[in-house]
Amino acid sequence: MTPTTERLSGTLPARITRYPFPFPRDAYRYTANVQPAPNFEATAAGGWGDVVVEVDEHYLAELEERERILEADPDRSITLPHMKAAAWDAVLYSLQAFADARPDVARLTIDGDRVRWENDLLELAIEFVVGDESTLPLDPLTWLGTQIQEDVCLLDQRDGHLWLDAGLVTFAADWSLVFDIGMSFLEFHGPVPRVHEAGIMPAAEQFLMRLTPEQAYRRTNWTLTIDRRMDVSTEQYDVWGKDRRLLTLEEVGERVHLRCEVQHLVRLPVSGAVMFYIRSSMLPMNEVLLVPEWAQRARAVIAELPEDMADYKGIARYRHLVVQWLDEQLDDADPAAAAAA
Amino acid sequence: MSAPATRMVAVAGIEEPTDEVRTLRLVSATGEPLSPFAPGSNIEVHCGERRNAYSLIGDPRDTSHYAISVLRVAGGAGGSRFLHDDVRRGDLLTISPPKSAFAPPAAARHHLLIAAGIGVTPFLSYARAFARTGASYELHYVHRARQDPHAGLLGLPMQAVRRYVGRESLAASLPEVLDGARMGTHLSVCGPPAMIDETLTLARDRGWPAHRLHSERFVGVDAPPGEPFTARLARSGQTIDVPTGVSLLDAVLSAGIDLPHLCRQGVCGECKVGVLGGTPLHHDLHLSASQRAAGDAVMACVSRCDGDGLELDL
Repeated sequence: MTPTTERLSGTLPARITRYPFPFPRDAYRYTANVQPAPNFEATAAGGWGDVVVEVDEHYLAELEERERILEADPDRSITLPHMKAAAWDAVLYSLQAFADARPDVARLTIDGDRVRWENDLLELAIEFVVGDESTLPLDPLTWLGTQIQEDVCLLDQRDGHLWLDAGLVTFAADWSLVFDIGMSFLEFHGPVPRVHEAGIMPAAEQFLMRLTPEQAYRRTNWTLTIDRRMDVSTEQYDVWGKDRRLLTLEEVGERVHLRCEVQHLVRLPVSGAVMFYIRSSMLPMNEVLLVPEWAQRARAVIAELPEDMADYKGIARYRHLVVQWLDEQLDDADPAAAAAA
Repeated sequence: MSAPATRMVAVAGIEEPTDEVRTLRLVSATGEPLSPFAPGSNIEVHCGERRNAYSLIGDPRDTSHYAISVLRVAGGAGGSRFLHDDVRRGDLLTISPPKSAFAPPAAARHHLLIAAGIGVTPFLSYARAFARTGASYELHYVHRARQDPHAGLLGLPMQAVRRYVGRESLAASLPEVLDGARMGTHLSVCGPPAMIDETLTLARDRGWPAHRLHSERFVGVDAPPGEPFTARLARSGQTIDVPTGVSLLDAVLSAGIDLPHLCRQGVCGECKVGVLGGTPLHHDLHLSASQRAAGDAVMACVSRCDGDGLELDL
């Protein structure tokens, strides 16, 4: 860590010091970038990844946002009938992961099928019976979404493939659960450019089908989102799509967010389903700029990204503004560069 | 996946429901709770030098104990004799974590389970899981005349279990059972290999699609640790020994050479190394068939050498 960032990390808020900055190098390509989890990963501002379920300063706001989204569109949570056991598995795994991450605010007690869950952040204490939906106020997967910020996908493994047969996805980045539900892993990744020629998806599916409950894995993905808008689903395209066309250079710092998805991959023990957590964390460019290494790295990646990938990520129309804005800010921050200019 | 850690359990109870079958109740010997498991999972029990795999017969969500049923195999390699003759209540045993090898198909609308003898053991955990989920099933269980039915069947709903004494008795009923299965039924069968083959052949002949047929097969105990070989590093001029059980990646890292790596599972492609000489033995999921055939790169985390040595671009 450089002296600069050491000084910074003393004053930066946790949303920056714990931000899962997703770029290990100056160019980004799709890879099956999986690694064992949990595992602390140091960044220029701090680090992240030592827990599987992360609770941050947006906890209450994001759960309220999810409730609002589900009220308007119940199709954001779907559990096909054969995935009920997997949904219960997801509940138990996730509450344990939450309690492990935040023992100061959460406690899980399991006695046979009877579960007691205390979550101080919500002032909640609840007892329920595994397998008995009447003991929860909502179906298990939707209820889980009232406790954790992560979106959840559950994949059934059969006939030599994985199938997206359940999900609670309110914070999708330009995709739609109700459109993808029931598709195979290879089918719902169909639109991703480049990965098919490289054979990445069949290899990733093979890897997932060999997961065991003893070891979780994780990978990151990223995009840019205009405003702190969690729900940039296909369903809401008419609401957010036009922002990308109307954005101005002056607005980049406040409105353009680096959106990192931390995806944890877990083999659930009893149902045998594969669980994907998708946790979206957003940082406005103004705050990316507070960590100079990040600003330079983000500038390099966004500028270098091939056009087909930029198009798929939905940033082709405005990424030049982000690069220009970062260039100006970085020049201002660097007196030598400013003098040279 | 990497070899999971073993754990110590204590034998908390022993029952002998028949002359040939011993049921062991195992509890954690370390205080750390046991993990829940997928129905049909097995554990490997270390029996001296050997490791034998046994189906867990208890409730998959009950983490207070594991239970296994061991059939005495007189002509076997000794693992079952050890568990029958040498193990006493209170003894400690080393086991591997549960491995899911025969999980029930979640999408089945009805489960037709057919078991012979000790082959009933994976279905005992199925039945306990189905009791919780409400899944529809029927179990057809055949045992020999002089043998009592497995004690683990006690407590299962009787309308779900049909018993047969003698293989001929099951064979006579099987066509009718297969033909009468309702829409959405999946067939799972566990028993001696010949009985599995006969059942699956009969089902296929009667029009069952392959993806609705499931049979128990225990998976291998461990991926082989591989033969030792030598890696010659062309750029640095070093020669590194890669012993059995050590990956090429770890051998290279131990020699102080910084090789980027991430997943250690042969998936991510980070530890790809160019091969200048020798024949790679590929175990990865990253390289395509044509890349493998070219033989000019290996994933150091999982792949090895088919021969004495590899020359690497390192």
